[in-house]
Amino acid sequence: MTATPMLELRGVRKTFGNVISLDGVSTSVRAGEVTCVLGDNGAGKSTLIKILSGVHRPDAGELLLDGAPVTFAGPRDALDAGIATVYQDLAMIPLMAIWRNFFLGREPTKGRGPFRRFDSRTARAVAREQLLRMGIDIRDPDQPVGTLSGGERQSVAIARAVYFGARLLILDEPTSALGVKQAGMVLKHIVQARDRGLGVVFITHNPHHAYPVGDRFLLLKRGRSLGDHAKADITREEMTALMAGGAELEELAHELERDPASPAGRVAADLTEEASALGIHPDGR
Amino acid sequence: MTTASTVKAADERVRSIGLVRRLLLKPELGAVIGAVVIFVFFSLLSEVFRSPSGVANWLDPAATIGIMAVPVALLMIGGHFDLSAGVAIGTAGITTTILTTQYNMVLWVAMAVSLLVCLGIGFLNGYLVVRTGLPSFIITLSTFLGLQGLNVGVTKLITDQVQVQGLADEPFYDGAHAVFAGTISIGGQDFQIAILWWILITALGSWVLLRTRFGNWVFAIGGDLGASRNVGVPAARTTITLFMAVSAAAWFVGNTQAIRLGSIQAVAGFGQELIFIVAAVIGGCLLTGGFGSVIGASVGALIFGMTSQGIVYAGWDSDWFKFFLGAMLLLAVLANRFVRRYAEESGK
Repeated sequence: MTATPMLELRGVRKTFGNVISLDGVSTSVRAGEVTCVLGDNGAGKSTLIKILSGVHRPDAGELLLDGAPVTFAGPRDALDAGIATVYQDLAMIPLMAIWRNFFLGREPTKGRGPFRRFDSRTARAVAREQLLRMGIDIRDPDQPVGTLSGGERQSVAIARAVYFGARLLILDEPTSALGVKQAGMVLKHIVQARDRGLGVVFITHNPHHAYPVGDRFLLLKRGRSLGDHAKADITREEMTALMAGGAELEELAHELERDPASPAGRVAADLTEEASALGIHPDGR
Repeated sequence: MTTASTVKAADERVRSIGLVRRLLLKPELGAVIGAVVIFVFFSLLSEVFRSPSGVANWLDPAATIGIMAVPVALLMIGGHFDLSAGVAIGTAGITTTILTTQYNMVLWVAMAVSLLVCLGIGFLNGYLVVRTGLPSFIITLSTFLGLQGLNVGVTKLITDQVQVQGLADEPFYDGAHAVFAGTISIGGQDFQIAILWWILITALGSWVLLRTRFGNWVFAIGGDLGASRNVGVPAARTTITLFMAVSAAAWFVGNTQAIRLGSIQAVAGFGQELIFIVAAVIGGCLLTGGFGSVIGASVGALIFGMTSQGIVYAGWDSDWFKFFLGAMLLLAVLANRFVRRYAEESGK
């Protein structure tokens, strides 16, 4: 914990017109650690990613890279600093082969002048080897990416970012559209990347995905930080309660609680039960 | 290779997944099967069709279509159409012929000017598509109409006719004729040199598509423009280059036509743009981009050549040709649809 954070945010604020998207948000990522950013829709997660990946510049507050203040003029700057972002849409072409996707935009070449060509043999071998290192045994690098499962695609995207020299990996909701097993696979890759000494920023709205892999948790709500905690300082239950917005959950329970026998009533009973399990009491305390 | 053993094991699994499915993913497969079937069919119907002179005869239209179908296929894989590709052939031939016969320009210089005009048309198409983000269908429809009007209008204005003649009497014609319209004798049968150019252009186009960075970008921009931009593919440059390749091919074909006949009609090339697209689609190009094959497009052109001449040799009314082509196109589109569904199905 004494090492200088790879990337640090201090009191970052970002506004769009009269909308304050982020205000007073601070957190840090260290090499070999996973920082999870949690928040519901509209919490400011996307804005935060865009600041980290150089798309937006904060209006106030500081961004520190290896302890020194930096300003990223654009995504290219962030990439050059070793910050790779794996977006939800993955920047992959479904109809193209895995190895073609893996090297898209950064194709290795051989030969000179007019004979300079895409070194497909190297590309195939490297793509396969990098994926194997992540524990993904692709059946065939010539397979179109579209035939891969969602989790496998995320894995290819992560492997690509790591291969191209990322020190810090920003993952935008990598597990949100996946089934339980697939999400588990992606979580495994997050841990692998961490163990290889990369810093990881893992954005999610699912505390059950975040808690097992995270070392630090930044909780966002409506553009404000609900806290930036080391794992030792917060339990899963506290986090879930903060995340879910216990009060809202309970309010919803009341709303649905018209007729206990109706399906809605049963949902309400479940919700109340869940809320009390989280330490939120029906009287709103 | 530290991972050799694992790789080997994985390779064995690939086989077991199924050769058939892998072959089905080859975009040109359908066209190759179609070409073989059509060849056998007409060979059985007509002896002339399979004779050397018959072969030379149907390879010639195939070559002219094929030279265009190659860049048209590349453009389609890149996600665009060029409806002006047909009339640009006319523009190319008319420019060369008018400059030579009416303005006494040296033939080779006139051809160079014609090339610049064509590249300009391609650049304009590409630039407008990239800058406006409008569908290339609309942009090139307007250049198609514009060029169609210009071809006839300018020709009439200068020559008072709807054709330009007299190219054969110009100096340097014989040299140009040898390069663009000569013949090669194989086993006593003369073949048009255009066939050789067609094969070379197909080889070059396929190499560029499959073995260069540019080719990778072509697949990418046709597959998902936004995603390819995100990973740093120079999408605008790639798109404009593709449009310019189509118009460069139109220059080649237009000049070949003018030099072969010594004259050119003002309506030359009109209506052919769809034939190039049909050849590319029969060859396995998806209308939506991102998938296809240059070799397939050339085989599509071959099918076109064989069918157009085969129907004549078989002694049928040539009206049947269009019906045949329509049926082929429908079959090809249905086959492509299957490929796309397979390629995009996720989770396995």
